[in-house]
Amino acid sequence: MSLLRRRKPINESSDSKPLLEKEEEEHHEEDPDEDEDDGSGKNKKTPSKIKKKPPPPQSKWSCLDTCCWFIGCICITWWLLLFLYNAMPASFPQYVTEAITGPLPDPPGVKLKKEGLEAKHPVVFVPGIVTGGLELWEGRECAEGLFRKRLWGGTFGEVYKRPLCWVEHMSLDNETGLDPCGIRVRPVSGLVAADYFAPGYFVWAVLIANLARIGYEEKTMYMAAYDWRLSFQNTEVRDQTLSRIKSNIELMVATNGGRKVVVIPHSMGVLYFLHFMKWVEAVAPMGGGGGPDWCSKHIKAVVNIGGPFLGVPKAIAGLFSAEAKDIAVARALAPGFLDNDIFQLQTLQHVMRMSRTWDSTMSMIPRGGDTIWGGLDWSPEEGYSCSKKREEDDTQITDQAGAENAVCKVRSANYGRIISFGKDVAEEPSSDIERIDFRGAIKGLSAANTTCRDVWTEYHDMGFAGIKAVAEYKTYTAESIVDLLHFIAPKMMARGTAHFSYGIADNLDDPKYKHYKYWSNPLETTLPNAPDMEIFSLYGVGLPTERAYVYKLSPHAECSIPFKIDTSADDEDTCLRDGVYSVDGDETVPVLSAGFMCAKGWRGKTRFNPSGIRTYIREYNHSPPANLLEGRGTLSGAHVDIMGNFALIEDVIRIVAGASGEELGGDQIHSNIFKWSEKINLQLEKKTSSR
Amino acid sequence: MASILRLRKLYYVEPAVKCSSVRFESLDESPKIDQKLGKKEEDVICANSLALEVKNKRKQAKEWRCMDSCCWIIGCLCTTWWLLLLLFHCWPVTLLRAPELPGPGVRLKREGLMALHPVVLVPGIVTGGLELWEGRSCADGLFRKRLWGGSFTEIFKRPLCLLEHLSLHYGTGLDPPGIRVRAVPGLVAADYFAPGYFVWAVLIENLAKIGYEGKNLHMAAYDWRLSFQNTEIRDHSLTRLKSKIELMYITNGYKKVVVVPHSMGAIYFLHFLKWVETPPPMGGGGGPGWCAKHIKATMNIGPTFLGVPKAVSNLFSAEGKDASYIRAMVPGVFDSEILGLQTFEHVMRMSRTWDSIVSLLPKGGDPIWGNMDSSPEEGHVCDFSKKSHSQTSLSDNNVNNSDVKRGFQVKGLAKYGRIISFGKAASVLHSSKLPTVDSKEFSQTSTSQNLNISCGEVWTEYDEMSRQNIQNAAADKAYTSTTLLDLLRLVAPKMMRRAEAHFSHGIADNLDDPKYNHYKYWSNPLEMKLPNAPDMEIYCLYGVGIPTERSYVYKLSPNSRCKSIPYQIDSSLSGEDNSCLRGGVYFADGDESVPVLSAGFMCAKGWRGRTRFNPSGIATHIREYRHKPPTSLLEGRGIESGAHVDIMGNSALIEDILRVAAGATGDEIGGDRIYSDILRMAERINL
Repeated sequence: MSLLRRRKPINESSDSKPLLEKEEEEHHEEDPDEDEDDGSGKNKKTPSKIKKKPPPPQSKWSCLDTCCWFIGCICITWWLLLFLYNAMPASFPQYVTEAITGPLPDPPGVKLKKEGLEAKHPVVFVPGIVTGGLELWEGRECAEGLFRKRLWGGTFGEVYKRPLCWVEHMSLDNETGLDPCGIRVRPVSGLVAADYFAPGYFVWAVLIANLARIGYEEKTMYMAAYDWRLSFQNTEVRDQTLSRIKSNIELMVATNGGRKVVVIPHSMGVLYFLHFMKWVEAVAPMGGGGGPDWCSKHIKAVVNIGGPFLGVPKAIAGLFSAEAKDIAVARALAPGFLDNDIFQLQTLQHVMRMSRTWDSTMSMIPRGGDTIWGGLDWSPEEGYSCSKKREEDDTQITDQAGAENAVCKVRSANYGRIISFGKDVAEEPSSDIERIDFRGAIKGLSAANTTCRDVWTEYHDMGFAGIKAVAEYKTYTAESIVDLLHFIAPKMMARGTAHFSYGIADNLDDPKYKHYKYWSNPLETTLPNAPDMEIFSLYGVGLPTERAYVYKLSPHAECSIPFKIDTSADDEDTCLRDGVYSVDGDETVPVLSAGFMCAKGWRGKTRFNPSGIRTYIREYNHSPPANLLEGRGTLSGAHVDIMGNFALIEDVIRIVAGASGEELGGDQIHSNIFKWSEKINLQLEKKTSSR
Repeated sequence: MASILRLRKLYYVEPAVKCSSVRFESLDESPKIDQKLGKKEEDVICANSLALEVKNKRKQAKEWRCMDSCCWIIGCLCTTWWLLLLLFHCWPVTLLRAPELPGPGVRLKREGLMALHPVVLVPGIVTGGLELWEGRSCADGLFRKRLWGGSFTEIFKRPLCLLEHLSLHYGTGLDPPGIRVRAVPGLVAADYFAPGYFVWAVLIENLAKIGYEGKNLHMAAYDWRLSFQNTEIRDHSLTRLKSKIELMYITNGYKKVVVVPHSMGAIYFLHFLKWVETPPPMGGGGGPGWCAKHIKATMNIGPTFLGVPKAVSNLFSAEGKDASYIRAMVPGVFDSEILGLQTFEHVMRMSRTWDSIVSLLPKGGDPIWGNMDSSPEEGHVCDFSKKSHSQTSLSDNNVNNSDVKRGFQVKGLAKYGRIISFGKAASVLHSSKLPTVDSKEFSQTSTSQNLNISCGEVWTEYDEMSRQNIQNAAADKAYTSTTLLDLLRLVAPKMMRRAEAHFSHGIADNLDDPKYNHYKYWSNPLEMKLPNAPDMEIYCLYGVGIPTERSYVYKLSPNSRCKSIPYQIDSSLSGEDNSCLRGGVYFADGDESVPVLSAGFMCAKGWRGRTRFNPSGIATHIREYRHKPPTSLLEGRGIESGAHVDIMGNSALIEDILRVAAGATGDEIGGDRIYSDILRMAERINL
C-alpha cells in the first residue's frame, strides 16, 4: 500500500519534469541572448546545456532508448525521493500537519497521563467479525508455502494471487460449520490479531497505543482473539477459545492484585462476550463451570463499542444476496474489488457460498422480531428524517407548528418492512398489499442445473417456482425474514438455528433457556448476577445506516443470485437511496440495535437484568475528518473508525483507570434512542403481570 | 499512519511542482530564490534538487551524452529487473523447489502419529524478540515495533538510541525509568530471529503437520535480559507459563505437556520447576505434585545446564559472544566502527546490564570445569581439518599418570581448566610455576582504587579501576572457573553484586540446607533438587562435532585510552594443526556454543538414576546429533546440522521431539545415543 502511494507522487513529478524541460527549451530558443546576459551562475549553465544539446542525435537514438532513458530518470527521481523520505526526521509529518491545521490536540493517553491517571484494571479486548486475522495451519496443495501466513487480514496478497484457493480455504464445512477435511485455518493470537486489519488501517491500534501511554502493556492487556467465522459455541468446541479467555481473565485478575478486568468488545464481539458471560457461569459439560458469581468476581465493566445487540439489517442483505455486507470494511479498502469480475463473473456467488458457511454471520440477523424492529405499518424509528441538518435548523419553528404539520407530512419510511419487492410495495399501506404465502410453496427443480457447475448456493435447489413464491410474498418484516431465510437456505439455517436464536423469551425461567443457542441473544438471557458490574454502550451516531431494502428479481435468474437490491429506487423524503432505507446509526449498526438494551431492556431491574447492573449510553456524534491529513479522523463515529475517536478513547481510559459510569458523566445522548425505545412494547417485568 | 502517507503524497507533489516553477522564474528574471513561500522544507528540497541539477548541468555542458547514457543504463537495468521480478512471481511455486525429501512431520504423519501431548517451547537467550512499549523521544514511532529481532533496521538508523533502550538499569537490573521494552508474545516471538533465519519455525511447521496448532502449542516467551526471578516480578512470566500449562493440560483432555526448552531456556525452565512448587510469596504455590501432574517430559535442546565459557569472555571483554551467530549474519558490524570506534565498549556496557548473561557463567567450579592442571575433557583432540583421528594426545602432567606411555604429543594438549589465562605461557605452564591467585589480594587492591575522573562519564566499570589494578589482575596468571568469579567481582563489582542476588554458581554440599530454598539457587542444577515426579523424563538433545570455545588466552589491550576495555583475547595465538588453540581460544567438543560437558553432564551423571540431585529418579536420556555441514548452498542451514541454533532444523532431532510429543517414551525412541566422550568425561568428574 505504501508502495503504491509512493509511486504516485513520483509519477506525477516525473511527468511534470520533462514537460517543464521542454517548455524551457522552447523558452530559451526564443530568446537565448537574454539568458546569457544574466549574471547568475545557475542560469548560465542552463542555457549552455540547451545550446550544447543538439536536437535528436545524429544516429540511432531510437524509441526504445528513449524509453530506457525515461525509466532511468524515473528511477533516479524515485530513489532520490526515497532517500529523502528515509532521511526525514520522524517528527516531520506532524510538524507539517501542525503548520497547516494548527496544533493538534494531545492524544487522550498523553492528556490523561498528565492528569495523573495510571493503569489500574486489566483490559480485555474482544474483536468483532471480520477484523480479526486468520492464519493457515494446514492446507491443500494450492496453499503451499502459506503456513502460518495470514489468509485474512494483512495485505490480502493471496486473494489476488490465487483467489479460488483462498476461497476454498476460508470456507468452512457446509454441514458442520467446522473445518473442512484437511484444512485448518486458525485465528492469529495476541494483540497483533486485530490491531491493524490491513497495513495502515487501524482497528485497535490507536486504543492500544493510548492505553500504553498510561502504563498498560502485554501483561495487563489481552486480545481475546477467536475465529470469527465459527458459531460462538464452536469456538470452544474446536479451539477452546472460551476456556482460554476464562483462564486468561483469571490470571490477569490474580497477577494484578485482584483488580477486576474491564472488557472492551467491539461489534460482534459484544454478542460473543454475552455468550461468554453465560457460558462461564454455566455448569461444566456445556459451560465453563466458573460458578454463579464468576462475573461479579472478575469483571468490573463491559464497555461495548458499536454493539449489534439486536442484530443488523445488513446481515440479511448479506445472506440474502451477498450485497452490502458487513464486509463493507473490506470493500471500503478495495472499492469495487469484490464486485469485480476477477473470479470469472461469479465473485458474488463465490463470496456468498463462502460467507454462508460462516455460522457467525447468522448471529447478526435481527433479533426480537416485529416487537423490536417494527411490523408492516409501524416501526420505532418512524418519523425519522434523514436530512438531519435541516431538521435541526427547523426545530424551533416546526415545534410550534409541529402538531399539525406532522399529520400531513408523515410520509415516513416503513422501516418495519425490512425487505420489500418493489418500491411501491414498500410504500403502500399494508392493507393494499396482496401477499401469497411462500412457506408452503413447492420448490421446482431447476431446469439447467448442471450448467452451474462448481459454484453452489442453495438457490439452485429452489427452482423458478420457489423464487417466484418468495417474490410474491412482497414484503417481509423481521419475523418473517427468519422464515424466508429458512426457505431459501434450509441447510444453512438448520446449522445456524442450532447455535443462535432470534426470538424474545416469554418466561426466562424456562429450562430450555439454559441451552447455549440462547446465550448470545440479550432478549432470551438474563444478565449474570453481578450488581457491581457496569455495562456501557458506546456507539457513533449521525451516519445513515442501512435499515430496510427494496429488492427486485435479478434479470438472469439462472446460475446467479436471483435477487438483487433495486438500486434505482430513490426517494428523498423517506430516506430511500439506491434501494436502501437508512436510519441513524454508525454506518453499520442502527442506533436501535446498539442502544436499546442499555436504554430500556436492561435499565434498572428488569427481567433481563435481575441484579440491576447499571447501564450507561455514550453516543458520539460523527464528524468527518476536516481534511485529508487527518486520515480517518479523531472525531469519527463510523463503526470501525470510532476506535480512533478521541472522546471514546478518553472515556475508555477513564473507565480502565477506575472511574465509574457516574464519574464519567452518565449518559451522553445525541440520537432519539429513548424516544424510540419507548415505542417498543417489550415486557420488562417478570411474568406476574401478563401482557 | 494513513495520515502520514497522505501527507507525504501531498508534500511531495507540491514541492516538485514548485521547485520547477522556482527555477523557471529564476531563468526569466533573477537568480533570487523565491522566499515568500515561507516554507522552509520546500526550500530544502528545492535547493537540493537545484544543486543536483546544477551539478549535472555542469557536466552536461560538455558531456550531455554521458548523462544520457547513464539514464539509459539505469533504465535498462530497472526494466530488466522488473521483468525478472515479474517472471519470478509468475513462476509456479512448485517449479522453484528442488525435489525435497518429505520433512519428518510428513513422514511421521504417514506413520500415523497424531498430536497428543501439548507442547511448550521455551526460547533461549538472544533469540526472543523484544518490542518497545514506552521510550525516550529518540525512539518516536517505534511503539510496539521490534527493537530486537526482525530486520534490525533501527540498529543502523539510530544505534545509540537503540542501545540505550535495550540496556537495563545498572543498579537494579530492571527497566530504566521511562523505558519499557517487553518480550514479544506468542509463536512469533522466536520463530524467526531475523527474516529467513529460522529458530523455531521449522520445528513448529513439523509439529503442525501432525496436528499441532495454537491450542496445544505455546511459546513461553520471556524477557531474556532479566534474571529469571525478575521476569516474574516485572512481567509475571512464570505465573503466565504456569496458568498456560494448566489450561493446556485441561483443554487437551488431561494430557501432560512436553516442554522443549532451548539453550538458556533449559535453566529458565529448571527455575520454573522449582518456582512452581514453592509456596506463594517466593514461588508459584503449585504444591509438591504439580510437576508430576502436568509435565510428561522436558526435552532440552542444547541446554546450558552448567554454563558456557563464552559468557565469561563476553562479560570480561565483550568478545566471542553467545550472539556469535549475529556476527555470522552481519559479519563485521560489531567489529566495525559504526558506533564511533567503540562498538565493543557499547556492547559491553549494554550486555553487562543484563542479568541473564551471568546465569550462563560456568557453574560448579573446579570439580566440574577442571582446576589449574586437569580438566574432564583432557585428551580431547581438536581436528580442525575434520578428519577423524585416533586419539593420540595424552597428558604428561596429568594428575593420574596412567597413560603416560603414549604421551608423545604434548603440545596439542590444552589445559581447559584455566578458563582465562594471561599470555600463552600462563596457559601451558604447570600450576606450580604460576603465581597463585589470591582473592584476598583482590579485595585489598580494589579498595585502593583511584577514580579516573578524566574520562568523564563512566561507561563500564573498567573506568573505575586503576591501571595498577588492571595490570595486577593480569600479571601472568590463570584463572579457573572458581577464581574466575573472583576476577569478575574485581572488574565489575556492581554487576556481580546485582546478579549474584539472582544466580549462584557453586555446588551444594547438603541440599537439605534451608538456604537452598532461595530462588537464586533454582537455576543451578548442582544446587537444586529435581521435583518429585518419577514419571517425568528429561532429555538432553545437543549437537556434537563442532569446536566450541572452552578457554581463552588474554592479553592487555595495547591502547589505554579512555573508556576502552583493557583486556582482549590474544588472537595471534594459534597452535599447530591438531592443537586446540586457535586465535587465542582453546576449543573442545560441543555445538559451537555449549561444550558437551555443560550440555550432557547432568543427564549423563548428575541426574542419572537416583542421585541427591534427582531424588525421585527421573529418567534421563541423552541424544546427541553429529554435525554435518550442509552439502550444498541450496540446503541453507542444513537438515543435519549440530550447531547450537541450526540444530533446530535437524531432522533427526525434530523426529525425536515429534515422537515424544505423540506419546513415545525415551526408551521407545532408542534411549541414549552418544557420539562424544561425555560418559568418559563425566566419569572423571568427582562429585
